Amino acid sequence: MLKIKDLYASVEGMEILKGINLEVKPGEVHAIMGPNGSGKSTLANVLAGKEDYEITNGEVVFEGEDLLEKSPEERAKEGIFLSFQYPVEIPGVPMVNFLKTSVNEHRKHKGLKELTAGEFLKLMREKMDLVDMHTKLTNRMVNEGFSGGEKKKNEIFQMALLEPKLAILDETDSGLDIDALKTVANGVNALKSPERSTIVVTHYQRLLDYIVPDFVHILYQGKIVKTAGKELAFQLEEKGYDWIKSENGN
Amino acid sequence: MSVLVDKADLSLKYTAHYNEVKDELFANSSDILNAQRKKAFQNFVLQGIPTRKNENYKYTNLNPAFVPDFKFIHTREEKKADMGEVFRCDVPQLNTNLALVFNGWFYKNETEKGDLPEGVILDSLDSISKERPELLEKYASLANVEEDPMVALNTAFAKDGFFLYVPKNVVVESPIQIINLLQDEKDTFSTQRNFILVEDGAKVQVLLCDHTLNLNQYLNNSVTEIFAGNNAEVEFYTLQNQHNKATNINSVFIDQQRDSRVTTHTASLHGGLIRNNLQFALNGENAEAHMFGMSFMDKKQHVDNFTQVIHAAPHCESNQIYKNVLDEKSTGAFAGRIHVVRDAQKTNAFQRNNNLLLTDEATMQTKPQLIIDADDVKCSHGATVGQIDEEALFYLRARGIQEDKARLMMMNAFAHEVVKEIKLEPLRDRIDELVDKRLKGEVARCHDCAYQCDC
Repeated sequence: MLKIKDLYASVEGMEILKGINLEVKPGEVHAIMGPNGSGKSTLANVLAGKEDYEITNGEVVFEGEDLLEKSPEERAKEGIFLSFQYPVEIPGVPMVNFLKTSVNEHRKHKGLKELTAGEFLKLMREKMDLVDMHTKLTNRMVNEGFSGGEKKKNEIFQMALLEPKLAILDETDSGLDIDALKTVANGVNALKSPERSTIVVTHYQRLLDYIVPDFVHILYQGKIVKTAGKELAFQLEEKGYDWIKSENGN
Repeated sequence: MSVLVDKADLSLKYTAHYNEVKDELFANSSDILNAQRKKAFQNFVLQGIPTRKNENYKYTNLNPAFVPDFKFIHTREEKKADMGEVFRCDVPQLNTNLALVFNGWFYKNETEKGDLPEGVILDSLDSISKERPELLEKYASLANVEEDPMVALNTAFAKDGFFLYVPKNVVVESPIQIINLLQDEKDTFSTQRNFILVEDGAKVQVLLCDHTLNLNQYLNNSVTEIFAGNNAEVEFYTLQNQHNKATNINSVFIDQQRDSRVTTHTASLHGGLIRNNLQFALNGENAEAHMFGMSFMDKKQHVDNFTQVIHAAPHCESNQIYKNVLDEKSTGAFAGRIHVVRDAQKTNAFQRNNNLLLTDEATMQTKPQLIIDADDVKCSHGATVGQIDEEALFYLRARGIQEDKARLMMMNAFAHEVVKEIKLEPLRDRIDELVDKRLKGEVARCHDCAYQCDC
């Protein structure tokens, strides 16, 4: 599904990703862990198509096509979903308009008929239950006045509406209390399917108690320095990131 | 030096014209209008066409707009437009009482009778000033010819415009819509003088639509005086939709008495040069004034909103929100002056101006000014000039929304704060639609209008 080969990316002349290699197959859950500043969020943003980054080397193939050639909206419509670390508040854009436009852009791309207002509201109600989303939130402007937890919940709610092939969860656990963490994780798990893959980007192991990964990768100084099964997350929790740092000559 | 000479020449052209047509101006006009002419003219001679040296016109150079050899229309002409067609140009689902002002002259809608309540008068200023002079006692009492040369020039040339009278405690249910059309075979200078008298406890909504019907150059210099009595309620909407060769100088003066509520909305969708002067005088306790403005400019268009609020009585509230979206090489200005006079205690005055620049070449000047002579007041002002939020744009795109569509959503969102304040729902929907079309780069025009000119 996703193949990253020797990927280098820099921002304002500073190299952040220094040769990433990663393959994600359908249905797999990959966790990417690493200390602050290792390049985790950069990787997530590069995959989603954020234009602040310059790709200096390497390639990313998604479903057999060159991903890096595509605009963020094309990537989204072809099935890549980024759950933002910091979802943006957009005053003046009502949630319902935003969600309906988004869903219909995806449908048009798939050659499906656009949903009418009524049909969309029905779909929305269905998906709201999945992540315990309230109408008091969907009646507002996009993320406006949402708490940290509500913003993250809203991301997973959008994921449920858009049903991506590959979901990238960027620090979805940051700023969440344990209850909110559970709700969000339950939402992600409910959306699990043999076709849908997930990349969980996280600093801490605690989210992985709820979203169990098939693989854990450790990103350090722009490179994946270790890959193993879920036990790696526990090791990391126990030994801390200093263990990785010392192993890599720091 | 040559600039000064040119400028003097330019004003001279207008003073010469006045002297030439003086007899025509005075003839067939009411005493009320004539009584102000001479003093107004003298004041125009003293001040001349404003330059940027005039503090109030610092950001707008009016001089080029006065260069063409304009035709003036000082006498009522036979109707040229097919009124039946013109009157189709209304807001759907908005049952309005329609009237037409054509090149500054008022024409009654004879094809359709509105449902104005008894006693309400919607007519020509020219005829009412002759037939019911007692209703125009306050004529020219708000529009001060000594303070603004454009007001002076308007008062000197004033012949007609619309007159609206709503007697005590009368509520006009259907909005009154006035369509201002400019159309002539020649480049035309139009003077329009309007007067609105809303007595104690009366209520009315007025919608003004400014249009140009062909591609000639136009200069429209209009002055409107509005009097809101005790506990009166007035909503005054202005929709400016002209072309790039049109200059619109629009001065509105409002007097508010005790417990009155007046709301103005100025939507500038299209026009070469637009200058809106808006002055509120809150002269009675507990009066409430709301001013909303939005503009969408591109090419080399220019919009300048100049507001003045005079808090002359205690316990009053004023609230202003002005928003501009400037594309390409367009320019904008906002200057808002709030003056709280001594003893106007417990004043609440609020002002905000937000601007969105879509290119590096678009520019915006914004200048708030507070003059506070009372000590127990709440006043605030704020201004922002910025670009589209790139983070928000990426967020929308990352959800599959095309970049142009996402930009459009962001611009609509920016304008929405002002649009949502429009209380007339069909008008709000119409403006929403016009704003959306305008932002998409389509010419925003009333689709029912028979006049589909490509300008």
